[in-house]
Amino acid sequence: MAALFEARSVTKRFGGLTALSSVDFALESGIASIIGPNGAGKTTLFNVFTGLYACDEGSVTFRQQSLVGLRPDEITTLGVCRTFQNIRLFANMTAIENVLVGMHARVTLGLWSVLAHTAGFHHTERRLQARAEALLERVGLRRHANDVARNLAYGSQRRLELARALASEPALLLLDEPTAGMTQGEAGALMRLLRDLVADLGLAIILIEHNMRVVMEVSDRVTVLDHGEKIAEGPPRDVQTNARVIEAYLGTRARERRPRAER
Amino acid sequence: MIHGVLAVAMVALSAWAVATFPRSVLVFLLFQGSLLFTYLARIPAWLRGALFAVALLVLMPVIGYYNGYYLEVATQVGIFVALALGLNIVVGLAGLLDLGYVAFFAVGAYTWAIFGSPQANLIFGGGAFPLAPGWFYPFLLVGLLVAAGTGLLLGLPVLRLHGDYLAIVTLGFGEVIRVLANNLDKPINITNGPKGITPIVRPPMPFGLPTSEAFYFLVLVIVAVVIVVNRRLEDSHIGRAWEAIREDQLAAQAMGVPLVRAKLLAFACGASFAGVMGVVFSAKQVFINPESFTFLESIGVLAMVILGGMGSIPGAVIGATVVTVLNLQVLKGLSLWLNELKNAGVTVLGYSLTDLPTQLEPAKYERMIFGVILILMMIFRPQGIFPVRRRARELER
Repeated sequence: MAALFEARSVTKRFGGLTALSSVDFALESGIASIIGPNGAGKTTLFNVFTGLYACDEGSVTFRQQSLVGLRPDEITTLGVCRTFQNIRLFANMTAIENVLVGMHARVTLGLWSVLAHTAGFHHTERRLQARAEALLERVGLRRHANDVARNLAYGSQRRLELARALASEPALLLLDEPTAGMTQGEAGALMRLLRDLVADLGLAIILIEHNMRVVMEVSDRVTVLDHGEKIAEGPPRDVQTNARVIEAYLGTRARERRPRAER
Repeated sequence: MIHGVLAVAMVALSAWAVATFPRSVLVFLLFQGSLLFTYLARIPAWLRGALFAVALLVLMPVIGYYNGYYLEVATQVGIFVALALGLNIVVGLAGLLDLGYVAFFAVGAYTWAIFGSPQANLIFGGGAFPLAPGWFYPFLLVGLLVAAGTGLLLGLPVLRLHGDYLAIVTLGFGEVIRVLANNLDKPINITNGPKGITPIVRPPMPFGLPTSEAFYFLVLVIVAVVIVVNRRLEDSHIGRAWEAIREDQLAAQAMGVPLVRAKLLAFACGASFAGVMGVVFSAKQVFINPESFTFLESIGVLAMVILGGMGSIPGAVIGATVVTVLNLQVLKGLSLWLNELKNAGVTVLGYSLTDLPTQLEPAKYERMIFGVILILMMIFRPQGIFPVRRRARELER
């Protein structure tokens, strides 16, 4: 059976730098994590997946449809949505308005319905608002619905970004470091939420994460990138003990290098 | 309660005062102030609506009967309110800095000017033009469509630009339209060049209203429509998408907002308001030439939007009112007063004002004072007079 989401030999170069070289990635369901040291190419991979960057080689398909060459909003409409590593909320809009913008791809009203305030318009607005409230409830932000996004606490902003992405009714959700800046307790709660989303909505999730405890706990599979190459892939336990992964994270020739540094 | 009594009293008193002292600018300002108070006062919505209706539909035309110039001021305020609301969509909501907005106003104005005057005969030959006055009303729609189309044309090439680059290109576009109007008198005479077009046909006045009253009501109706359209757009997925683009274009696109379509729509909507008012303007003035559509006009409308509060509908209305009244009445009145002092030979600190060199004539202070006001506003209230207030949504449960 063909995978829900599949990327084949994705290569991305920035001038002389090869940020991604021939990366393969596939996901059918559940939660897959992408880990790797800083600069390994994790976010670049997300940007290729969501159409922000065009890849130089390779293919990306979602439900057997190629995503290469599509605009980010078209990809979102197909059912792939994301959050950002450095939170990118609509800072001067309220929390619920942020979520409503996330539903833009699912609104089919024309200009005329808006100007004439047709029955369809009122019906749609009510439906959108009810959904937005439910989503805020789900991420625990309902009582902040009318707060301006920029005034929310850091962890709340991350959860709002998640709600906004969910608003577009994705089948595949890409989360770029969703627990960054959270306490261990908050991160744990968020991971339980993700697990529930997978169970309730049949959502597939790709996670970029630095918090290893989170990764090992929640992932069905882990992919490790280093210098733009995939160096390991498999169940969390296997990856944890993989020699190349340990090397990428901790380095090896530390003992040889030390005397040189002292000189 | 006290607010309601005060508001009614202020409107009634100031209207009476204007009728009694029809020449006093200060008294007319008091009348405007009473409307502002009515807007701000904590009174029931029906009372506010009733007061506005009485003031705008009854009192203002009556005041115009005593002093026609005030009606002219009110009509001009209305025209600029519509322009400011149009630009507010582009700059305030979608965050696309447009420095050539007056071009759309010009396009609308020339649309009616050409067909509502013998000018079109020079293009098409024959003697079928000017069109009958009744054609003015369908041409409001034509002006809207032509301006919206021009907005799309401008939008298409500049969509990839943002910020400063977009500002420069729109500035250039505004100038291109003006220069075109200035030079399209040959090889085919379309715009009659710098000489301008005249006489432009005026619409038939409904109910036998006098011309200035008719234009006042026409502008009032258009402004009301523009405000309703603006509000509906703002409170819809379209308006939210525009604001999202202003806040973070990349995130907006990642959330499914098609940038090209949303921005084009913003340009077209903004332009269409200016186009309609352009048609009205040309009929009202009877004569137009490229001088009415300079860069300074674009900046003026932008100043209204910024002064009032970017992205806010009440802001655009008050901004347009304040700037227009400042320019037409307050600053002009001030320089007239200074001139009188000068002619009367008043001395200040032992220096006779009659000795003022011509470079320092009172009339030259107008722009300077306006500039100082803008600077002070930006220092002490950068968010504008009526900044956007985020509307709290009522939650269902």
